[in-house]
Amino acid sequence: MHEIVTYTSSVPFLAVLVSLAAVPLIYASSNRPNMREFWTLAAAFIKFPLVLSLLPGVMAGEVAEFTIVQISASPDIALKLRADAVGMLFAVVASGLWILTSFYSIGYMRGANEKKQTRYFASFAVCLSATIGIAFSANLLTFLIFYEILSLATYPLVIHKENKEAMRSGRQYLLYAMSAGVVLIAAIGITYSIAGTLDFNPGGIFGGILLDPVLIKVVFILFIAGVGVKAGIMPLQSWLPAAMVAPTPVSALLHAVAVVKAGVFGVIRVVGFIFGPEVMHEFSLNLILATFSGATVILASLIALNQDDLKRRLAYSTVGHLSYIVLGVALLTPEGFTGGLLHLSNHATTKICLFFCAGAIYVNLHKTKISQLDGIGRVMPWTMGAFTIGALGLAGVPPINAFVSKWFLCQGAMAADQTIILGIFLLSGLLNAAYFFPIVQRAFFRPGGKDLEKHGEASLFMVVPICIVATLSVLLGLQPNLILNMYDLAAGISQSVFQLPAVFIASGVWP
Amino acid sequence: MISSQAPILIPMTFLFAAMLIPLVGAVNRAAAHLTAVLGSALALYFSVIGMQTTLAQGRISYHIAGWMPPIGIEFVMDPLSAFICALLCGVTFIVMVFGKRSVEYEIPQKEIAFYSLSMLLLGGLAGMVMTGDLFNLYVYLEIAALAGYALVAIGDKRAVVSAFRYLVMGTVGATFYLLGVALIFISTGTLNMADIAQLMPMVQDSPAVIVGLVLIVLGTALKMALFPMHAWLPDAYTHASTTATALIAPIGTKVSAYVLFRVLFFVVDPDHLRTELLNLLQIIGYLGAAGIIWGSIMAICQSELKRMLAYSSVAQVGYIAVGISLASPLGFIGAILHALNHAVMKCCLFFISGNMRLRLGHSMIPQMTNGLRKSMPWTSAAFTLAAISMIGLPPTAGFFGKWYLALGAIEQSHWIFLSALLISTILNVAYFFRVMERMYLKPQEPEGVDYSEQTIVRSEAPASMLVPTLFLALSLLVLGFANAWIVTNLIVPMIPGWL
Repeated sequence: MHEIVTYTSSVPFLAVLVSLAAVPLIYASSNRPNMREFWTLAAAFIKFPLVLSLLPGVMAGEVAEFTIVQISASPDIALKLRADAVGMLFAVVASGLWILTSFYSIGYMRGANEKKQTRYFASFAVCLSATIGIAFSANLLTFLIFYEILSLATYPLVIHKENKEAMRSGRQYLLYAMSAGVVLIAAIGITYSIAGTLDFNPGGIFGGILLDPVLIKVVFILFIAGVGVKAGIMPLQSWLPAAMVAPTPVSALLHAVAVVKAGVFGVIRVVGFIFGPEVMHEFSLNLILATFSGATVILASLIALNQDDLKRRLAYSTVGHLSYIVLGVALLTPEGFTGGLLHLSNHATTKICLFFCAGAIYVNLHKTKISQLDGIGRVMPWTMGAFTIGALGLAGVPPINAFVSKWFLCQGAMAADQTIILGIFLLSGLLNAAYFFPIVQRAFFRPGGKDLEKHGEASLFMVVPICIVATLSVLLGLQPNLILNMYDLAAGISQSVFQLPAVFIASGVWP
Repeated sequence: MISSQAPILIPMTFLFAAMLIPLVGAVNRAAAHLTAVLGSALALYFSVIGMQTTLAQGRISYHIAGWMPPIGIEFVMDPLSAFICALLCGVTFIVMVFGKRSVEYEIPQKEIAFYSLSMLLLGGLAGMVMTGDLFNLYVYLEIAALAGYALVAIGDKRAVVSAFRYLVMGTVGATFYLLGVALIFISTGTLNMADIAQLMPMVQDSPAVIVGLVLIVLGTALKMALFPMHAWLPDAYTHASTTATALIAPIGTKVSAYVLFRVLFFVVDPDHLRTELLNLLQIIGYLGAAGIIWGSIMAICQSELKRMLAYSSVAQVGYIAVGISLASPLGFIGAILHALNHAVMKCCLFFISGNMRLRLGHSMIPQMTNGLRKSMPWTSAAFTLAAISMIGLPPTAGFFGKWYLALGAIEQSHWIFLSALLISTILNVAYFFRVMERMYLKPQEPEGVDYSEQTIVRSEAPASMLVPTLFLALSLLVLGFANAWIVTNLIVPMIPGWL
């Protein structure tokens, strides 16, 4: 990797703004659904290329920066965006999948005859703005601001159904999200009082400062509690399964990719860019993180085994996989970090695929329980085929992309001499297989009921995105650098965080 | 010309308007409202000119009747008083614009008294802010207080009782204050604030001065409704007419807080404040923190929107008290910024309760349903924005006041203050989302009927009420993004050098 050069560019800001600008347009055309959906698609189709246009620069070590406004006078902190490699990785995943989710949403919302579609599409657009804002945040205060916007904008989506269950889940979600925000304010304030800066810096900002061991542990726990709510680290996970009451595209993009990964992304920022590997080691902070995330991986998988509701099972699976990433980061080895980052994108494509399938089944057949899925593979072959690919991927079967990230995670565990963690990864792979394969088996190898006879495949708006994400999962598994150089990006980030010489990680070679 | 006279022009404009309104009103009732609007606009103009001059050229001192201080009464406009004064005038102008329809509806036939008393109240408050003389401050305090009691009394049926309670408590507070001033006068022989500040180091160890200061703080704390001396506030705010509440709530307690700022940071000797008086500061802070929690919990328990907002005011006063108690630049910035933010958002929220009363005839939370979002979409949207700001979520204004206060608390390792600030955020979520949930989600009776199929008449508040409401709601976003500018250009100049 080259020396990092920064330059000023408004592209990151525009990328954040474009979906926000769509909100008034979406509201203005609330009576003309086609026009309204056009604005969503237009925003998605502008946002993704904007994000992509920054990628070549990032690969060449040029980072775009943009200062929006000075947001705090004393201390002097700006609302500032910086599209560095980690941010790019997250932004590319979120904005790319938003295009597919937008198409899918149209199919789903119209197919399921949902009400309040204007509010739905508007909130969705705000969520995406906030997500890209989180990805491109240059400092903790900017991160916090977008993090809170994301929390708020997700609320209308969680309570979308407006029934008692939705309201209960909404309250629970708010309680968790708002408490997390509060805890983050405290953590950020204390960080500023220690370090005198809030800017993200590869390798941390606490270097060369004499640290109080108790205070630093408290700050770390506050941070992890703050971002851990969104990342679903146990015991802070229970809002996520409850939030599955939201429409499925929300569960797919927000509660499997954007929102929850904003939490994981927060963990990556905090560990790699605020504390840094050295401080983490020195105060054994990685142990705290590894304990909680390791336990989460196993417990969430065990709980997933017992869920009969398809979306809830997927939700617990998400909880487990989010902690994979956190555990990879907690290993504090370059391989583990790379694996975590890759899993961030790989889990995104596979899990969104599974959720898309769950939504297609619901809209098409009105089935939500796993025990009702007998024989649907014959009715919806494309959907269930894609589901199988996603399930295989998450269970860690090559050549699907989640296998690649698991491979790196396991390597990281070995490099850190953490046999227990290696065991956790392997055991969890088995558990994944145990809770996913019965679904596949029911769908394809059990006879279906008579009620299936009249039904066929779901609408093309849904099936096409499903097939695209499934294909993406396979392609990224065969060649991680095939699309957008995900592997190079991840490896480059690890290299900068661990401040390794460039030769350490060979570029773009399939292991 | 105007700039050198600004300190006296502002209170005098209000007092003159107060006298003029009954005369004008006797001829033409509608003209009373117009006079109040014009009077407050003029005062706002003077205060903006005065603020510009103060920031460019330093403090403006005006000697009443040409008598030199410390013998004569001095009116002083420095960055702090100019800022608070501009805030008062700005809020008053907007409330007066808003008031027309709401006053007609809620207190018919009493418009003339209402507008006249409002101007009198503002004359008193502006005088309190401008004066550089401790006794003169008492005089204006009584003008404001008497006008305030009368304003509260022109409300619903129970307003008279709450006004009486307000009167008793307010008089006790004013008496404490006067007693304190008397004790300081005995020791220093002067009433001029600047003069006392110079003499303080010589007399500050005398028990009379210390008791005097404590009495001043006690009296002021009572007037600003610092916990546990807040009991008069919820009743007074609930039963007064909405416009009166929207006028008193954002600025009434703030002016008392201003007196606290003035006395503690500009009259008392800094070294003294940091040693002997440290306990006093601490007590103010802990009471503030207790008020933050107590006010928020009580707000959760209320079933009437105005009463909920009143308890929320008790909590918000606590923030300012915590900022004062920190006695640091960050605390100062946080408290003043929060005073500004809270004035704007509370004013906006009381406007919203007024809009609801006008259209629904009540502002009871349990009776709100999701019909509101259809019938009053803009009012509901304004409520959402103001509520988000009250909770303190970025990028709205409310967050930044808390941000500076939290940083100030962390700077001095005041973990109790920090916890109170943060816990109150969660409590605020509870009481605001409780309302929002009903406003947006609670189905109308009878259950199961889809509201969209019913014909809900869109009955948004009239433009004269809606425009001020929306203006304030949107300004919360502007204030949030411009907070750094406000702090650098307006608040930092007012921090005393020693802090």
